[in-house]
Amino acid sequence: MFRETEILKSGSQVLPTGEDLGGAGDLVINVGPQHPATHGVLHLVLTLNGETIKKVEPHLGYIHRSIEKMCESLTYRQFIYVTSRMDYLSAHINNHACALCVEKGMQIEVPERAQVIRVIMDELTRIASHELWWGAMAMDIGAFTPFFHAFREREKINEIMEETCGARLTMNYYVPGGLMADLHPDFQKKVKEFIVLFKRKIDEYDELVTGNIIFINRMKGVGMLSKEDAVSFGCSGPAARGSGASCDIRKLYPYAVYDKVQFEEILETGCDSLARYMVRIREMKQSIRIIEQLIDNIPEGDFQAKTKAVLKLPKGEFYTRVETARGELGVYIVSEGATTPYRIKFRSPGFSNLSALDKMARGSKLGDLVAMMGTLDLVIPDIDR
Amino acid sequence: MAEEQNKTAVDFPGEIKEIPGGGIVLSKLDDVINWARSNSLWPLTFATSCCGIEYMAVAGAKYDFSRFGFEVARASPRQADVIIIAGTIVNKMGPVLKRLYDQMGDPKYVIAMGACAISGGPFFYNTYSVVKGADHIIPVDVYVAGCPPRPEALLHALISLQEKIKKGMTREQIKSGI
Amino acid sequence: MMNNEELKIKITGLLPSAIFDETGEWLNINIDPADWLAFAGQLRNDDSFYFDYLFCLTCVDFKTHLSMVYHLSSTKFRHNIVVKSKLDSNKPEIETISHIWKTAEFHEREVYEMFGVNFLNHPDLRLLILPDGWEGKNPMLKNFEDPVNMIKL
Repeated sequence: MFRETEILKSGSQVLPTGEDLGGAGDLVINVGPQHPATHGVLHLVLTLNGETIKKVEPHLGYIHRSIEKMCESLTYRQFIYVTSRMDYLSAHINNHACALCVEKGMQIEVPERAQVIRVIMDELTRIASHELWWGAMAMDIGAFTPFFHAFREREKINEIMEETCGARLTMNYYVPGGLMADLHPDFQKKVKEFIVLFKRKIDEYDELVTGNIIFINRMKGVGMLSKEDAVSFGCSGPAARGSGASCDIRKLYPYAVYDKVQFEEILETGCDSLARYMVRIREMKQSIRIIEQLIDNIPEGDFQAKTKAVLKLPKGEFYTRVETARGELGVYIVSEGATTPYRIKFRSPGFSNLSALDKMARGSKLGDLVAMMGTLDLVIPDIDR
Repeated sequence: MAEEQNKTAVDFPGEIKEIPGGGIVLSKLDDVINWARSNSLWPLTFATSCCGIEYMAVAGAKYDFSRFGFEVARASPRQADVIIIAGTIVNKMGPVLKRLYDQMGDPKYVIAMGACAISGGPFFYNTYSVVKGADHIIPVDVYVAGCPPRPEALLHALISLQEKIKKGMTREQIKSGI
Repeated sequence: MMNNEELKIKITGLLPSAIFDETGEWLNINIDPADWLAFAGQLRNDDSFYFDYLFCLTCVDFKTHLSMVYHLSSTKFRHNIVVKSKLDSNKPEIETISHIWKTAEFHEREVYEMFGVNFLNHPDLRLLILPDGWEGKNPMLKNFEDPVNMIKL
């Protein structure tokens, strides 16, 4: 099952896949599945010539939990919470996508209060996810301190979530029709305190990491992905926006109350790792802007629409797309009129982003591979489902 | 008595006998070795899915686990003492886990964190690829319940593991007859 | 941006045998598997279509037949369509489009291992997510039985 280290001495060597490696002195090594820098269980088979990468081949499936098959036997109220284990860093946003799909099928109207709260929770989740990305990526590049700073802010967000939703990481808070429970009375006060704190901190992060000359040298010019390639590989989210491809679902196909708030879609034209990094840092600032606009204007009303106890989607197909912290998540439900879905497909952002890694990495050095994987922000359970 | 004095001051297994000019510490060598081992367990960085994030939060500054001796998380299994299985184990990952466990040097301990590592968790029914519990593959000492468990729960598990080692009740120690 | 009527007229001009279905959110086009390669090239290269973003490629098992589903979008004009194609359950085969949209390479490998669809002329058709030894088992098909691992509720 595992390819042991092979040194190709002379002439050409044909791999089991039929690919001819050709070069003499090429080395085939494994990175992972257990590796501190792969952010999960990703197995990469690298073909190296000295330190230069010739080919990257990802082997997936080390966390394949057969979620799509499992969802065919769960009801429409139950399958939403399995998806928060898929991309656990944007757990709320995943649940939002599933709830929207069921609501679209059953034509349920979600009350305004629930929609506004959903957007606030989504943006807090986006900030928490980008924080963890920032800390983990800086740790991989070699700077250990940002990891602790990032987790300090994440803990503040987790406390806010825990008071209202009851859990820190896999908050099962959205139901088809609205929310499971109303907000905690302290929610608005705590979020406002967090906004004030966070605005100061994000400038501190810029000073600490972004302006650092070593960091910039490690990221500039590394992992070039042109705009045509980004679109052809199906990349979405910050990985594509760093190459100038405009694909923010919140702007193109708005859902919930995103068409009523003002924020910008961040596009960078650098096409390299530094551009993708800057997209995420600026996105955090935009998320704070959205929360500021909404936190004082949460409308009164119901937090949940009245729905039947047992949900049955009518016969047909439904597709919804949302913007998670990693890119475009699509939920495609094929229903035959029963209480359980006939077929669910989750179009995960990481799956397509990962396919661009081979193109980005050819020709660069082994040390740059870590910077590239860091800026792609892969969460492996999202890819394997 | 000298024993009560000793118990409030420092958590060292043994008794101090006062003699003119100082004192003598009497203890069993096994107790001293267990005390030293339990206070310096180095975990292996092994996180497959969501519980890995709570594990990283425990390593962070708010719920710090380095004050219990778990300071250095080693990437290589040859240098690690304890493996915290944080996340689901699937059929394809099973041989990898076994290989890592075999590579760790004795004495080694295992903590199964989260519902997935204990029994398959939310993925118990209707999945064809999940191993229903990490203890089908390697022997486990401490189980932590939760999906994911709170950081305090993981700290409680780490402290329980330390207590278990001090009492000599882990699988390692029972097997080797200590 | 072309609306459904304009798309229908243009597509009927290119492929007269296409059947349209407008019950869903987007225009659904049902085609024959043999026409797919040429049609895909036209969708990608034609200046008024410009479908350069393939955002979902999957397969649905309807017990009597398999149905391939392709969701396409255009980054320039922002119109979306869905192309579907019925495959025979006994010998499911269709041409690959991984040279037109590079994202299809991974997606087609996944459909191959989960449903058993053979993609002709694919550069590298092997298992992606399932472990070794699962060739031919096709777990996402409705008639997949695994009494040992799959514990029923």
